[in-house]
Amino acid sequence: MSRVAVVGVGQTKFVRSYPGSIREMVFEAFKEAMADAQMTVKDIDATIVCSAPEYDKQRSPSGVLAEYLGLNPQPTFYTESLCSSSTTGLRLAYSLVKAGLHDTVMVLGFQKMSEISAAESQERMGRGTDIQWEAPFGTMMPAYYAMFARGHMAKYGTTPDDLALVRIKSSTYGVFNDKAMLRKQMTPDVFKDPASPMTGILSSPLRVGDCCSNADGASCIIVAGEKRAKSMSKRPVWILGLGSATASVNMAGRELFYSLPAATEAANQAYKMAGVKPKDINVAEVHDCFTIAEIMAYESLGFAKPGEGPALVRSKETYKEGSIPVNVDGGLLSKGHPVGATGGSQVRTIVLQLRGEAGDMQVKNPALGLVHNVGGVGLYANVSILGRE
Amino acid sequence: MSKKATADTRFSKFGTISFTATTRINDFVDYLEKGKVVGTKCKKCGQRYFPPRADCFHDLTSDMEWFEVTPGGKLLTFSTLKFAPAGFDKELPYTIAVLDFGDYKVFGRVDSAIPEDKLSVGMPMKVAVNKLPNDHINYYFTAA
Repeated sequence: MSRVAVVGVGQTKFVRSYPGSIREMVFEAFKEAMADAQMTVKDIDATIVCSAPEYDKQRSPSGVLAEYLGLNPQPTFYTESLCSSSTTGLRLAYSLVKAGLHDTVMVLGFQKMSEISAAESQERMGRGTDIQWEAPFGTMMPAYYAMFARGHMAKYGTTPDDLALVRIKSSTYGVFNDKAMLRKQMTPDVFKDPASPMTGILSSPLRVGDCCSNADGASCIIVAGEKRAKSMSKRPVWILGLGSATASVNMAGRELFYSLPAATEAANQAYKMAGVKPKDINVAEVHDCFTIAEIMAYESLGFAKPGEGPALVRSKETYKEGSIPVNVDGGLLSKGHPVGATGGSQVRTIVLQLRGEAGDMQVKNPALGLVHNVGGVGLYANVSILGRE
Repeated sequence: MSKKATADTRFSKFGTISFTATTRINDFVDYLEKGKVVGTKCKKCGQRYFPPRADCFHDLTSDMEWFEVTPGGKLLTFSTLKFAPAGFDKELPYTIAVLDFGDYKVFGRVDSAIPEDKLSVGMPMKVAVNKLPNDHINYYFTAA
């Protein structure tokens, strides 16, 4: 069977408020990926557009973007799985190429969250959960992850100081990432100082500093079949394993409140397809929308045994020089989280790492990289394993 | 002249803000008004559902009956919100939680009379009906 590669990657800076329209924002990521792949619009056979539509005023943005980017008359369509939309796009792109329908497929992810207020965006995020049975109680995303933080603390003795270590690691690398929104090194004091904006409780036990920020941004990933990838790209990065799974949207349907079973299932599928084990992974991007989410990701991905996630970051094994560097681009906590663009940004980081092009964030000579991208409160999960030649 | 059918929008009374007006389990709201929190049970396979469902996917049937949520819940997890989504700000701070009843679980709010420091994972709790302003209604968790 012929393989499928990522041949071009790009993203905008993730910012609080992008000073332009969605099509103009997406153009920036598109331009970077096209230059990276050394392609022109005629080389793109189909485009998959990924975002969470509740933030958009434009109905059916795929058509508008295809027109603006010069991608007519090629087909385009939209896909959505909340915060994991653009790795769902990657999965679809892979299958389109593998099926032989198209040879080169573009995955565009975007979100312009600044068009609505923070409270409105929280209300929309609450509606990413069960609107019939949960939203009428006044739910929001940080409160759900807070319930998992509480569960992890009750089950394993995890502490707020453990969670703070994830934030501090994130900030260490956000400093080096010129696409990140927050680029300031944090110290443990940031959570002790009552005057610090990070210290206040948002939804107990999570503090403001345990949560990532909404952002505006776009990402672009170009995928191609083996023959074209080899002819057009000097440094194709191969898609070796893809896992995807779901779990009950209503919390009443969950068994555990210290782990996200969809992520564990997606990881198992991806490892099986790639024929590799957790210890084989050299660099990973995980969905750290909240500090507790990164701890749970270590455990879902098999980087740590259940309950031992906090020890992994405490021993600095997930730092750049450690045994399994995680989110050494700053992760969502430092980059910001433009919902539909996030998965594509994670894929971009791993592709740059595998090519040795990650600059100050570069991990030493990685061969295998992994992306863990979660939608909702573990409602959707995609795990993707990439490798170089 | 055709008669205009009146929509059954009883579910629009559920919770502080309901995002659903009409559902085939609208009777749930009537039970709340009678002081009962109920789920549904498939008459064919006996599977209990909370939140209640109009349909059983195991048996592809809509032949369901109501059961009352019994005492004997256990607090699985909880979080107290200091910020709220649009429309809920006046109720801050409030606590959301999940109770385990063995073969089903219930998501909802904790009685605001219980301070957060009196809550702990594993403690016994029960479900009770809670009347809200503007004729709205929901349920909350109280000490068992």
